[in-house]
Amino acid sequence: MARLTINGKPYEFDVDPTTPLLWAIREQVGLTGTKYGCGIAQCGACTVHIDGTAVRSCSVPVSAAEGKKITTIEGIAAGDVLSKVQQAWLDHEVPQCGYCQSGMIMAVTALLQEKPKPTDADIDDAITNICRCGTFQQVREAIHAAAKA
Amino acid sequence: MTDTMNLNRRSFLIGSAAAGGGLMLSLTLPFLASAEANAAEAAHGIPPEVNAWVVIRPDDTVVVRIARIDMGQGTLTGLAQMVAEELECDWAKVTTEYPTPGENVARKRIWGDFATVGSRGIRNSQDYVRKGGAAARMMLIQAAANEWKVPAAECVAANSVITHRPSGRKTSYGKVSDAAGKLEAPKEVPLKDPKDWKLIGKSVKRLDTLPKLTGKQIYGADLKLPGMLNATIKDCPVFGGKLTSFDAAKAEGMPGVKKVLRVGDSAIAVVADTWWHAKTALDAIAVVWDGGENAKVSSASIAEMLKEGLSAEQAFVNNEKGNAKAAIVGAAKKVEAVYSYPFLNHATMEPMNATALYTADRCEVWCPTQNAEQALAVTAEASGLPIAKCEVYRLNPGGGFGRRSFSDYVAQAVRIAKEMPGIPVKLLWTREEDMLHGRYHPIMQAKLTGGLDSAGNLSGLHIRLSGQSIFASVHAAALVNGMDVATFQGYWPKGEASLEYTIPNLLIDHAMRNTHVPPGFWRGVNINQNAIFLECFMDELAHAAGQDALAFRRKLMKGHPQSLAVLNAVAEKGGWGKPAPKGHYRGLAHFRGFGSYIAACVEISVKDGNKVKIHRIVGATDCGHAVNPAQIERQVAGSFVYGLSALFEEECTVKDGRMEQTNFDSYDSMRIAQMPKVEAIVLPSGGFWGGVGEPTICVAAPAVLNAFFAATGKRIRTFPLKNHGIELV
Repeated sequence: MARLTINGKPYEFDVDPTTPLLWAIREQVGLTGTKYGCGIAQCGACTVHIDGTAVRSCSVPVSAAEGKKITTIEGIAAGDVLSKVQQAWLDHEVPQCGYCQSGMIMAVTALLQEKPKPTDADIDDAITNICRCGTFQQVREAIHAAAKA
Repeated sequence: MTDTMNLNRRSFLIGSAAAGGGLMLSLTLPFLASAEANAAEAAHGIPPEVNAWVVIRPDDTVVVRIARIDMGQGTLTGLAQMVAEELECDWAKVTTEYPTPGENVARKRIWGDFATVGSRGIRNSQDYVRKGGAAARMMLIQAAANEWKVPAAECVAANSVITHRPSGRKTSYGKVSDAAGKLEAPKEVPLKDPKDWKLIGKSVKRLDTLPKLTGKQIYGADLKLPGMLNATIKDCPVFGGKLTSFDAAKAEGMPGVKKVLRVGDSAIAVVADTWWHAKTALDAIAVVWDGGENAKVSSASIAEMLKEGLSAEQAFVNNEKGNAKAAIVGAAKKVEAVYSYPFLNHATMEPMNATALYTADRCEVWCPTQNAEQALAVTAEASGLPIAKCEVYRLNPGGGFGRRSFSDYVAQAVRIAKEMPGIPVKLLWTREEDMLHGRYHPIMQAKLTGGLDSAGNLSGLHIRLSGQSIFASVHAAALVNGMDVATFQGYWPKGEASLEYTIPNLLIDHAMRNTHVPPGFWRGVNINQNAIFLECFMDELAHAAGQDALAFRRKLMKGHPQSLAVLNAVAEKGGWGKPAPKGHYRGLAHFRGFGSYIAACVEISVKDGNKVKIHRIVGATDCGHAVNPAQIERQVAGSFVYGLSALFEEECTVKDGRMEQTNFDSYDSMRIAQMPKVEAIVLPSGGFWGGVGEPTICVAAPAVLNAFFAATGKRIRTFPLKNHGIELV
């Protein structure tokens, strides 16, 4: 039995403790905003926060997340009020297909918590998510906009 | 080239799979309301449609039907803009929905072609979707006029409100849409003059952004249906190979496993309660494959075969003028170069997937697809049911880039679901399966030979292509006397992918050398390699002639005003001919594809001889009419990311008949740190409709390569650049 706290809510379910957190979130909890892209922590589509730190959930076993505070893309808005990162993403029309954007937004949210006014070099170091549509120009603009918001 | 195709419905549906490299159908569509459809919808409490494209709800909400799929390229918003432009509705009240291919079949293809390929989403449907909007407006006005018993000519519509000018009476679209849907459609539907457009040409916000920010958007991989099971699959890693045997004993006892099954003669799948259980079980199964003869094929053997084609006697000639070979022999100076371009995987962020529910008398599929009509035909074929008993519901794709114009994954999902009647089964590929079973960018080599006269003018050019044909593999009926015209994209004598140079003696031919690797339409298709071959070689020729690369090109571009305009635009904005910042070097390229004219000017610096920093790319496109410039700018920048990721990092290599790259660790993609500043110039000259999603992709790579030569004196002619120790920083 695994006990996880996701977006402030407790969940209990029967799962092999070696199951990647990504698949527990998607299949046991049913939150599908967190995406599968590669399964080997390369692309970042599965990025969530564990105790505020961005992690690639495809490569973290459920057992390592127990007792910790997990936040997914579904948990960063306050009801209908978007987070400042989401709002900047909307204002700058960042997504194209959008599949990588949950992970991108979670990675950026963690960056801004650590560095509220990131430089371009900070962004280059911290944001390593793959986006095949190539939205990086808008991602960078929106990060700076969110930092100013 | 396919306007004359005379195909029955079934072969059309299958054949439309092939669409991409210029397959075009001219459609004369009825865009009128269907009385039967309205009666059926009314019975379900759904507001009746005004016509096939427009439904207006009593609260004035306008639902625009979208036949093409939006995979990120913005087509959904652009198509809605075009309908709304003519409809004269309130843009704030516009929403969209995707009709299904089954409905399209039942209504005699009222929405035309669902295929979203070949940068055709806007340009090949603009006429009939605008007419759909205009006809709906005329019918709404007529309905109001009837109610008021006044001539329709005395009424005008704007912002979803109809006004009777003499009396000042007003009503809204929502109030008259019911009556409008019962009217006969107008026979003559005039369209606005482009100078009167209010919405087309405006960078209105996309209609589909918000759910992509909150995790609410449902992609194919996210679908949940009651009672659904999950599956994953391994197909023989050697293309064309077979599944010999497997030992399922261990897997069958693993948690959640419902079934281990053979799929066709080449694949094995596991169905389980969760996808993770299915994947874990499949990984535990020892599988014996038979790769057959194909297992002997390697990248080296393919390269050898293509190399032979470079000097083969026989080749398909697509563009010939004067006598190129004689002109080159007699030239004052001869320049020759051999280039090659590798296999590439699309690597959409969301791996291939489809969900199927099969019963003895119905088969339904939910999937992301660029080709819903083909997906429906494949569903019928794989299920053994007639098309009328099948349906495909389109879900949002996590990227397409051409890969989802193939329905191989749909066929697999249906075959699996057929073994589990009554239970919906979602098939999701692993990234590894996706990398091993792509529809790869065709592999190609080219030998280019040019002759310069004593004044340094290009007197003759021969381009010999040797490599794979996409259409020979996916739609042989589109070949013209055996020739794949699409292979020559950007080199055609005329048409939407014409050569934009006038060269007195010219020969462009193709020695078709097909491999066992299945080729497909990869964003840009054949302009990717053709632009590198030609535009890098143009630089080589200019250098050999001792001339400026821009001036050398311009001399050959009389009679190509649109191409010259985009080339001049990037040269001017890019600062061509002016001193560059210290250590910075520039490169140029231009090309034509998908009806649009495109050019790029890049500025790079190179550290330690191998670390390339792209400081800026100025990219220009003349796509005729620009529906949403902000989205076009995003397509330009995004296409550069896709094209430059390939140039620097990507290739799929063959060993023992199978691809060696299995994930992003061996098939990398550009990150934000490597992203150049993209300055897009949208130069719509009007009078035609060119594509947007693909064309610009092809100019980034040759412009960077030409700048790399300027910086280092080195010509790189094989790709990706990582094979030369060159990295993008």
